[in-house]
Amino acid sequence: MTLAITIGALVAGAVFLMLQRGMVRIVLGFVLLGHGVNLLLMSAGGTSRRDQPLLSFGSPENAADPLPQAFVLTAIVIAFSITIYMLTLAATGSDDDTEDAS
Amino acid sequence: MNAALLPLVVMVPLISAALLAAVPGPRWLRGVLLLAPNLGALAAGVLLIQATADGSVYAHGIALWQDGIAIPFVVDVFSALMVTTTALLTVTCSAFAIATGEDRARFFGSLVLVLSAGVYGALLTGDLFNLFVFIEVMLLPSYGLLAMAGALRSLRGGRIYVTVNLLTSTIFLAGVALVYGVAGTVHLGELIGAARESPLVAAAMAVVLLALSIKAAVVPVHGWLARTYPATSPAVTALFSGLHTKVAIYAIYRLYALLFEGDATYLWIGLVAFTVTMAIGVLGAVGENTTRSILVFHMISQIGYILLGVALFTPLGLMAGIFYLIHHMIVKASLFLSTGAIENAYGTSRLDRLGGIARREPILALVFMGAALSLAGLPPFSGFVAKLTLVSATFEAGQWIVAAVAVAVSLITLMSMLKIWGGPFWGTEPDSDGRSDREVRSGSAPGGVSAPARPTVQPKVRPAVLFPALVLTTATLCIGLGAEVLLDLSAQAASGLLDPAAYLEAVTNR
Repeated sequence: MTLAITIGALVAGAVFLMLQRGMVRIVLGFVLLGHGVNLLLMSAGGTSRRDQPLLSFGSPENAADPLPQAFVLTAIVIAFSITIYMLTLAATGSDDDTEDAS
Repeated sequence: MNAALLPLVVMVPLISAALLAAVPGPRWLRGVLLLAPNLGALAAGVLLIQATADGSVYAHGIALWQDGIAIPFVVDVFSALMVTTTALLTVTCSAFAIATGEDRARFFGSLVLVLSAGVYGALLTGDLFNLFVFIEVMLLPSYGLLAMAGALRSLRGGRIYVTVNLLTSTIFLAGVALVYGVAGTVHLGELIGAARESPLVAAAMAVVLLALSIKAAVVPVHGWLARTYPATSPAVTALFSGLHTKVAIYAIYRLYALLFEGDATYLWIGLVAFTVTMAIGVLGAVGENTTRSILVFHMISQIGYILLGVALFTPLGLMAGIFYLIHHMIVKASLFLSTGAIENAYGTSRLDRLGGIARREPILALVFMGAALSLAGLPPFSGFVAKLTLVSATFEAGQWIVAAVAVAVSLITLMSMLKIWGGPFWGTEPDSDGRSDREVRSGSAPGGVSAPARPTVQPKVRPAVLFPALVLTTATLCIGLGAEVLLDLSAQAASGLLDPAAYLEAVTNR
């Protein structure tokens, strides 16, 4: 349940930030969303078994599912690189990030 | 056939991309490194079609890891057809980029090769998560290409493109996580029919299909496509149009066929969404004033046609959809390349700045007209066969309204093609004022070859720039005249989608 609430909070924050105007806020929104989805991936493998995912070091009953961990690792790398790229886009060129003066 | 050779289709372009980035060679060597891997993939695709034309499916888990751990590569006739078409498009678009000097930009060739490797991987993989990874491999270089094609003009387009695609990828990933959570596997072979049996898996797959629909630019989630594609250079637009959305369409076909096994409960959603896509797309083209943005809106409309096949999910419907997909990839790239040739020589694609091209460039006009008529669906081009089979499939399924919309949209497509034809090609030449104050193209090729010519010199499209579009238009003419071959292959692909037994056997018995 904690995990579900955390994912919900992260996604809600992400949606709020992404609806803002500035590019940097959108990027921050994506960071939150990425974390939310990574937690979702982790929870897909079940969170009750928390041992190392290597069977030679632990028992099969408690060993964690290695597949979601591999997924999350891949997803983190991809999200990280695109975040950097988006920050570059935010820093280059025109200033359509400026908030309306009001 | 040795299935262990399948990963080579992905690996060779990747290795060549690394070479191209690392080795500073003469220009011809760089051209060879750019073209050769995809020519190889073209040959491999033809061989794969030959091997799978009888309905057989080949599978290989990389490094012979056991099922569920290895990266699975599966090829049936549907993916073989897609690989061949993708290779053809990559070769022609690269040739266009070489002819216009666009490939002189550093890393252009590498990015194109990585892009094509990602597409091949996405077409050949048999696993949801690897589909996600390969789609990312395809998207990341496209961000670079988009940024490369123009600094300021495409910045806004680039931002939209990156944000939308990152959001979509994240939704896709969430969908994969949900599928893994409820089904316990992401291997397509083990997931066959899962969504039909369990509503939980169906709900999780709906998230995945939503993400793919955004990538395929189905109305109402099509806005990003129309705003980003015109912002880049002609060669890149042609490449993206041929590959990106089509990979998503391929994945929708494959996943719906495998996981839902054509469950009729949800088909009405597709029918409504895709019919609206056809209509909205073509209406959007009416208000546009550059050739490329008109063509981009046509693309959205055609995506509706292609996906109708999966929404009908009858043997004839699937066959028509697959045929339409192959036809459309070729024709659309041809149109983008021939208008790109105009843009390259004359420095603009605005309808009101161009005129009289048909008199000056008769071959270019013929190439464009052929592809345009094919897109609108006139015989003897492949578009006629595609539209005819699709409309008869909708009749067969009793969807009269959809059939009527399809025919009407086809007519409107022809009308808006006439707008391009009547303006730049047949219309009067604008006076020299009109041409001299043309907007400076920020998206012009970095090599400077496409710099706007001085008003005193009559610009002329060079044969090398025209040739790629000529090849593709000839291809659509050949497909139209010899439609029987591709129709048979599409029928075989459709039966593979309808009955995944061969697929299941190939991915589980190795």
